[in-house]
Parts: sequence; structure tokens; C-alpha cells
Amino acid sequence: MAVDMGERVLRRRRRLWIYLAMTGLAVFFLFPLVFMFVSSLKPDGQILSDVGGWRAFLPVGDISLGNYSGVFDRVPVGRFLLNSLFVTTVVVVAGLVVNSMAGFAISRMRWTGRGLVLSVVIATLIVPFETIAVPMVYWVTRLPTLVFENGWIAYDIGWLDSYEVQIIPFIANGFSVFLFAQYFSTIPAAIDEAARIDGAGWFTIYRRIAVPLSGPAFATVAILTFLPAWNQYLWPSMVVQDEDLRPVMVGMQYFFQENTAWGEVMAYTSMITLPVLVVFLAFQRAFVSSVAASGVKG
Amino acid sequence: MKRKSLSIIAVGVTAVLVLSGCSRAGQDSSSTSGEITMWTHSAGNPGEIAVYEQIIADFNASQTKYKVVQEDFPQGSYNDAVTTAAAARKLPCLLDMDGPVMPNWAWAGHLQPLGLPDDLINSLLPTTVGRYKSTVFSAGYWDAALAIFARKSVLDKNNIRIPAVDKPWTLDEFNAAVTTLKASGYKTPLDLGAADKGEWWSYAYSPMLQSTGGDLVDRNTMKSAEGALNGPDAVKYFTWFQQAFENGWVDNAGPIGNQRFIDNSVALSYTGVWNAKAALSSVGDDLLILPPVDFGKGPKIGGGSWQWGISAGCKNVEGAREYLKFSFQDKYLTAFADSQVVIPSTVAAMKASQYFSDNAKLREFAVLSQKFALARPATPGYPVISSSFEKAAKDIMSGAEVKSTLDAAVRAVDADITSQNGYGF
Repeated sequence: MAVDMGERVLRRRRRLWIYLAMTGLAVFFLFPLVFMFVSSLKPDGQILSDVGGWRAFLPVGDISLGNYSGVFDRVPVGRFLLNSLFVTTVVVVAGLVVNSMAGFAISRMRWTGRGLVLSVVIATLIVPFETIAVPMVYWVTRLPTLVFENGWIAYDIGWLDSYEVQIIPFIANGFSVFLFAQYFSTIPAAIDEAARIDGAGWFTIYRRIAVPLSGPAFATVAILTFLPAWNQYLWPSMVVQDEDLRPVMVGMQYFFQENTAWGEVMAYTSMITLPVLVVFLAFQRAFVSSVAASGVKG
Repeated sequence: MKRKSLSIIAVGVTAVLVLSGCSRAGQDSSSTSGEITMWTHSAGNPGEIAVYEQIIADFNASQTKYKVVQEDFPQGSYNDAVTTAAAARKLPCLLDMDGPVMPNWAWAGHLQPLGLPDDLINSLLPTTVGRYKSTVFSAGYWDAALAIFARKSVLDKNNIRIPAVDKPWTLDEFNAAVTTLKASGYKTPLDLGAADKGEWWSYAYSPMLQSTGGDLVDRNTMKSAEGALNGPDAVKYFTWFQQAFENGWVDNAGPIGNQRFIDNSVALSYTGVWNAKAALSSVGDDLLILPPVDFGKGPKIGGGSWQWGISAGCKNVEGAREYLKFSFQDKYLTAFADSQVVIPSTVAAMKASQYFSDNAKLREFAVLSQKFALARPATPGYPVISSSFEKAAKDIMSGAEVKSTLDAAVRAVDADITSQNGYGF
């Protein structure tokens, strides 16, 4: 009995230390976010003078919402948020469909050149986007498109200044295809064979069997597609000229004039981080389980 | 289930139509005859945009033949947007550009000669007119200027002579002043803005090199930097530059801007007119706007700010010129100057400015601009010259051997000029 008590106390102490360590780490990782939110309430001079001390993390001094009203004076933040939301949603949803179908075809179907195609898909992973940005600009300026002119649909050349130029190049993604292919390959082939005996075609197998069994893979790809799509900066800076089409990250540049408006930068980053935080908090459990299940680190 | 799917599709389609409808509206109007598209780098700068909007509204109301339509870009991504649009042959009619970039864009065929009347061009400050091979390609509403900010009380207390435009500090005097200020308790007495990056380095520090006798490139031929950027004068200047950091007179710590001077953690701040208003409201009558140091060949500061040009493919050239002529009215130049705290490009606009008229608080900047401003070399190779200069200066700041670092910069500049067949010089 005494041994049991001792063990229980020891276990409690160990748990206490673990929780203390975890709380410490959580606070440590929260520092940047706390600094951002707190600084968004301070004037520029105070932000700079508070840096280097604990005051940087505390809402003390000359606190106001002035930076937030300044953001609205400087940037059409609502429009930018709407644009990013639209572009990101379409890229994620279309990406899930296209890449999962490609992954399914590579993983489950038997066709000549399958291995070669998979190799090419993997090879695309080692090419940084920055190295192909300029050639991509060259291509998108020469692609055909339809535009509305004076009530008529007209044929035109060039995708600059549009939503499609922000969406279509980023739907197909080598890493997503590879991840889906890997995940689908863990589903026993016997299930396919049973379904085919029952008269199912490849699309039915994909839709009725592979997709429902691959929740973690879909969640992982959704996260890994969402973040870069939301954070797009270089590409829209190059190909979007109309302010009405710009995404949120391009808006960051609005604050870097001869002198940087740091308070407004913090207010703006707080505003554009909020949707990401909401998504992560809402789907936290699914994200953690999906990342654990797929073995992918973000 | 089916109804739910249809609802989702309907919402999606509506979103696409609403969003694309808004976005296409701009493109519809761009095809209208007589429309003049105009790009600025001013997104995020409400004061500057307000003046542009006023000029455009006045111009559009003053006639019926042309209609100017403005699009604003953030400065950080502006050059990328222009370069991309040039590749796609979608440049606007009117576009602004940083002065030293103009020759490159003119050489690349993005611009056409400005074609404004001589009397208008001659009325502008020389550094606000962009010439490439003697042809005017751009003109600006304002110029900026650098100066040394100081507190009178601090200089008096340390028995340091207050320099004047007619009698600036010599290098020996300046070295002695900084040494005295450091001994008086300032950890780093001087802020040169070395935490900044990009064009600031050439804009701020190449005038010191020129004041010593060196330069970024041989301006007589524009074909080599040999001797100009790595000659004895250049080595002398950069040796001083390196020692200023080694002696602890200056550092490359942030923040960028003038906050350390306002906080009185530095005694002298080498910065621009754009910081003067804030300094004036913090320091008040104790603020001194001092001329740059004479390194031996007379004081120098950088000249040439943002200017306007007309793209080579502009279909409404006459309209674009009409607009530019209209926009160079003194009242608009004064409005820009007082909104942005920049030096207006005509004497008449200067006289009407609350900051730069004869007895105004920031008048000294206009004097410095008129007396000491030197434009950066008007060559298409300037972007490579500027980045090579920045790299060399940063390496030297960090302790690199001066002569060999400058030789490497000269090799980079000359290799670029050679690879472009001398850029037509």
C-alpha cells in the first residue's frame, strides 16, 4: 500500500514537471504571436524602445487601436482578405481533387510508364519555385484567355492580372501527388479486386473506396497546400497589377515606405494571421492526427 | 444531398462572378479610346495618392479628349511589376521610376523620350530631370536630400564648431567631433543608417566616395569602373569607412530610420529630408540640419528621386504629354512637397511651400540639394554598379581587405558592361 502511494506521488511529480516543461515551451512558442498582437496596440516609437525588454510582450504604455484604423486607411484589407480566401480555397479544393486522382492513377492503376511519371513528379520537388518564376511569367503571358469586353466575350492573349494566373499554376503539386500515391499504396489491393468483381470501375473505386479511406492524407495535403497558397507573395507581385486582385501578402509591402509603420505592420499581420489561426484551432485535432498518421512534418 | 451540392456550386459560381466582375471592370475601361493608364509606386502612401487623385481629377475635368486612370503599386514590388509588364508588352502609358533606374529602362526600350517643352524642363532642378545620352526620358515633381541631423545643445556643450553650407566640416574636423562625442558618453555617436539595404547604400555612401575623389564608374566613358571605384581615392575613403566602424563611431544596428537620434542615443544622424518633420517635432528649435562632410573634393549628396516617364508602347502619347504638362503646375509640386516633406522641383513651388520657402524650418535641405546634389551615373549598367557597390561596402564594413574587395567590385561592374557591349556607349 505504501509502495503504491509512493509510486503515485512519484508519477504525479513527474507529470507536474512534464506539464511545467510543456507550459514553458508553449509560452516560448507563443512569444512571437504575443509580441505581434501587443505591438499592434502601440505607437511606432514605443515598439522600438520596448524591444529588448519584457515590456515588448506586455500591453503597457500608450495603448490604442489607432494602428488598426491606420491599416484601413492605407490598405484595402477587406478586398485583399477576400481575394486570398478565394484563391486559397480554390487552390486547396482543386488541388485535393487533381492530385489525389493523379496519385491514385500512379499508385493503383497499372499502365506503361507509371514509374517514369512518378520519377518525374518526384524530380519536380527539388526545383525551387524562384528558379522557374520568370519562365512561368513568360508562359502565362502567352496563354489564351477569354475576357468580357463591352458586354461581349472576347479572345485575348495573356493571363496577367487575373484570378486564374494565381490559381491554376498551383493546383497540380508534385509533393501532393507523391503523398497521395504513397498513402493509396497502403490500401490493400484485394479491396480493388473485390470492387472490380462487383462491377466497379476505376473512378468508382477512387471515389467510393480510396477517398473515404484516406482522410489523413487529404487533411495533410489540405494543410500543406493552404499555407503556401495563403502566403503567396512573389508570384502575385509579378503577375497581378490590378489592386482589386491582390492577395493579403502583397499588402504587407504597403507599410514599407521611407520609414516603416511598424505598429500598422503588426496590426495588419495580426489581422491576416487571424483566419489562419481560426482554421488551425478549428481543425487542430484533425491536423495533428493526420500529420501523425501520414508521417509528414510541416 | 444533391440540393446541398447545388447550393455549394451556386455559392461558388456567385463568388467567382462577383470577384471577377469587379476585377474585369478595370480591364473593360482600359480599352476605351483616349484612356491613359498610369502606374505609381505609391500604394500605401495615402498623402501622395491624394495629390495624384487631385491632379487626375482636375486634368480629366479640364478636357474631354483624354482620361487618366491610376493604378498604385507598393514600392517594394514595383520594379518587378514593371519588368514583368514590359515582358508581356503591357506597360501603362505613364509610369514613375526611381531616377537611377531610368537609363536601364530607356536602354531596354521600355521608355520613349519625354518630349516635354524645353521651358518646362529648364524650370526644374537639374537632379529632377532624367537624361540618358543627352535625351530627357524622365522628370520629377521633387527631389530628396540627405543631411547630418544634430542637436545644437550637444555640439555647444562639447565645443564642436557648427558647420555651415559655406564652411562644412573637413574630414579631420568631423573625425575629431565624433571622437569627442564618443568620449562624452555616446556609445555610437553617429548613425549612418548602415542597417538599411539596397539602393540606400549607393544613394547615401557613394557621394562620400565622390567627395573623396572617387566614383562608381568612369563617367567620361561609362565603360569601366577601373580607377574610379578602386583607385587611391576610393581606397582612402573606404579605409575611413571601415575605421569608422572599427573605432565604434558608428554601427550597423537597427532600427532603420531616425529613431536613435530622436531618442538621443546617437548625437549625429546622416539621414534624409523625409525624417526631418518627425525630428523637428521631437527636438524642436534645438535641431540642426548640417551640410555633409567635405572629404576633400567638396561636400556631395545624392540627387535624383522618383520621376515620370512615358512607355515606348503608349498609344496616347500626346495625351500622356498633355497630362504631364498639366501635372507640373507649381501648386501640385507644392502639394507633394508639403504632403511628403520632399523638396519641390521648381523655385516657385519652393517659395510656396510651408517647409522649404525662404525662412521655413527645412529650407536648409533645398539649399543642400541645389549646391551639393550629384546624380548617380546615367548608365543602363547602374543596377549592377549599385549592387556591386553595396556588396563591397558591406564586406569592407565587416572587415574585408579594402583594395582587393574594391577590385572584385570593379571586375563585376566591368564584366557586366562588357557582356552588354558597353551598353551602347
